[in-house]
Amino acid sequence: MARRPAGVRTLWLLAAVLALAAVMVASIAFGSRDVPWADVQAALGGADETLGQAAATKRIPRTVLAVVIGAALGLAGGVMQGVTRNPLADPGILGVNMGASLAVVTAVAFFGLSSPTGYIWVAIAGAALSALFVYTVGTLGRGGATPLKLALAGAATSAAFASLVSAVILPRNDIAGSFKLWQIGGVGGASFERIGQVAPFLVVGFAVCLLSARALNSLALGDELAAGLGERVAVARAVAALGAVLLCGAATAVAGPIGFVGLVVPHTCRLLVGVDHRWLLPLSALLGAVLLTAADVAGRIVARPAEIDVGIVTALIGAPFFIYIVRRQKVRAL
Amino acid sequence: MSAPALTRPAPQEASPASVAAATRRRIRGASRRRLVILALAVLAVAAFAVTLMAGRTFYPPGDVWRVILGEQVPGASFTVGRLRLPRAVLALVAGFSFGLAGVTIQTMLRNPLASPDIIGISSGASAAAAIAIVTLSLGEVQVSVLAIAAGLGVALLVYSLAFRGGVVGTRLILIGIGISAMLDSITSYVLSQAAEWDLQEAMRWLTGSLNGATWDQVLPALAAAAVLTPLLLGQARGLSAMQLGDDTASALGVRVERTRITVIVAAVGLIAFATAAAGPIAFVAFLSGPIAARIVGAGGSLLVPAGLVGSLLVLVADFTGQFAFGERYPVGVVTGVLGAPYLVYLIIRTNRAGGSL
Repeated sequence: MARRPAGVRTLWLLAAVLALAAVMVASIAFGSRDVPWADVQAALGGADETLGQAAATKRIPRTVLAVVIGAALGLAGGVMQGVTRNPLADPGILGVNMGASLAVVTAVAFFGLSSPTGYIWVAIAGAALSALFVYTVGTLGRGGATPLKLALAGAATSAAFASLVSAVILPRNDIAGSFKLWQIGGVGGASFERIGQVAPFLVVGFAVCLLSARALNSLALGDELAAGLGERVAVARAVAALGAVLLCGAATAVAGPIGFVGLVVPHTCRLLVGVDHRWLLPLSALLGAVLLTAADVAGRIVARPAEIDVGIVTALIGAPFFIYIVRRQKVRAL
Repeated sequence: MSAPALTRPAPQEASPASVAAATRRRIRGASRRRLVILALAVLAVAAFAVTLMAGRTFYPPGDVWRVILGEQVPGASFTVGRLRLPRAVLALVAGFSFGLAGVTIQTMLRNPLASPDIIGISSGASAAAAIAIVTLSLGEVQVSVLAIAAGLGVALLVYSLAFRGGVVGTRLILIGIGISAMLDSITSYVLSQAAEWDLQEAMRWLTGSLNGATWDQVLPALAAAAVLTPLLLGQARGLSAMQLGDDTASALGVRVERTRITVIVAAVGLIAFATAAAGPIAFVAFLSGPIAARIVGAGGSLLVPAGLVGSLLVLVADFTGQFAFGERYPVGVVTGVLGAPYLVYLIIRTNRAGGSL
């Protein structure tokens, strides 16, 4: 892909910021209850006297969570695509989100885990283990980690973990109901307290990922050339992957496994600003936030007065995109 | 159950020097295959009988037999006749349908990963059945019809999306995975909107379960299996000729396109009817073929053995799920836990061997 002039890229970045502001306002204004605009403004100012203001106030943490999770997943997807040099890489497709789910479910059901910080650590450990596992399986044999082998290994692992998750939660009627909802992936039950608990992990993850942009640019040239440029290939790859895993694990711990955001967003961003990771990664984070927030708003509006969980909306948007990419690839390239 | 034609060239290496030896081997293979089918059938019948007799209360074979003949036996008539018999028959029929249809599609696309539960056919039937039951509150017949329409529609959609001047197995599988993801999310949504949030019902449509099987559910699946199985077995010869490639097959006198369409429609029909009754019992369609191939050995047609393996898997898994643990697990969870490691193992093995999948 050709390099885009800096002016165009800055313009896209600005547009993304504006879009994010717009969807955030929409996310606070729209919902299953109609809230007059005056009440929304009052709620943003901190008032919650009328019913409408209270409703809008409750939507604020939800919006923040959607923005944060979307940014984390979009960024993690961009980093994973860079690390594996694989157009099909996505935390959902590579089984990382399901690994985090399985770890959390197992820890809660068998080891009595209940502290929210414990949730996050366990989710991150599960995400890291499954990422390592899928990458190892996908790298076996001739040709190393080809996109096809990685995607198949990830999908298989995902399916395997999903059935293990069902087996673990099924007999536990006490926790099964809430898990079933969590497993779909949603930002409905957000509170600032929960966001605060994952915030440190997300901050570290964001920092590591954004700082790996330069290393990912070198890796994109191929391992030999990157080593020739003085990049320590294995270290750079491990650090970037760790950042992505932190983001996925923390996001899954609060919002459940949400798929396809990490796939759709980086691809779109590459069309807009080209392949330079220093532009690509920040824009991926921004557009990831826009996509997830917009998907959440759409899920609230379409099925009024009920809600469609955001994990379902992203699957409905993302899967056709996945199919489009698969179709576009030449067989040899797969 | 009629055995398909056995005397057809085995697609192994045919060294002209040892035609006689090859013929001997083939004859031995054929008789071995017949033996395997017999043994599997005996095992399936035995498992069927055990699930009828054993449970919370044990009924001796005599009582069970009298119930099957339609006599009134106090206690046994209800437990065996109303509860265990439909459940066991559904296990038998659904397992057979999944196994047979799974191995057919795997054979046709020449890829063990291309099983109906991975490429989205089961997900399609399941989503349609969930919508029909939960949202539209339709009856059993309409549910089956919708499930079949959806299964066929998904098969057609995946096939045509994967078609770009020929269908490549790997592209078809990846596209199927994408379609499954969408359909599963629709199923999840429909279930989350159900008036009573019933986890058992959810499990039935997400992983498959035989809980609460009634004759109303069993009979359509049974009828479909009775009609479609002979139809599929009639295509066995053409199907294995097509494994050598379309050109070779048509040179051998197989009408390739007609065989392919018949096989797809029959296999999808089996899957859809079984799914409408029991849900997409996880990984049975995927596992049965490779297991049957292990037992039968190379060369023979796998259709009947795979169907029997499927029946056996579902019967044993359902019985295990009901009684082996403190909790009662639906059958799909048991087969899922069995199948999941195998799926991963298959990927590892294929990657190791450097195969192109």
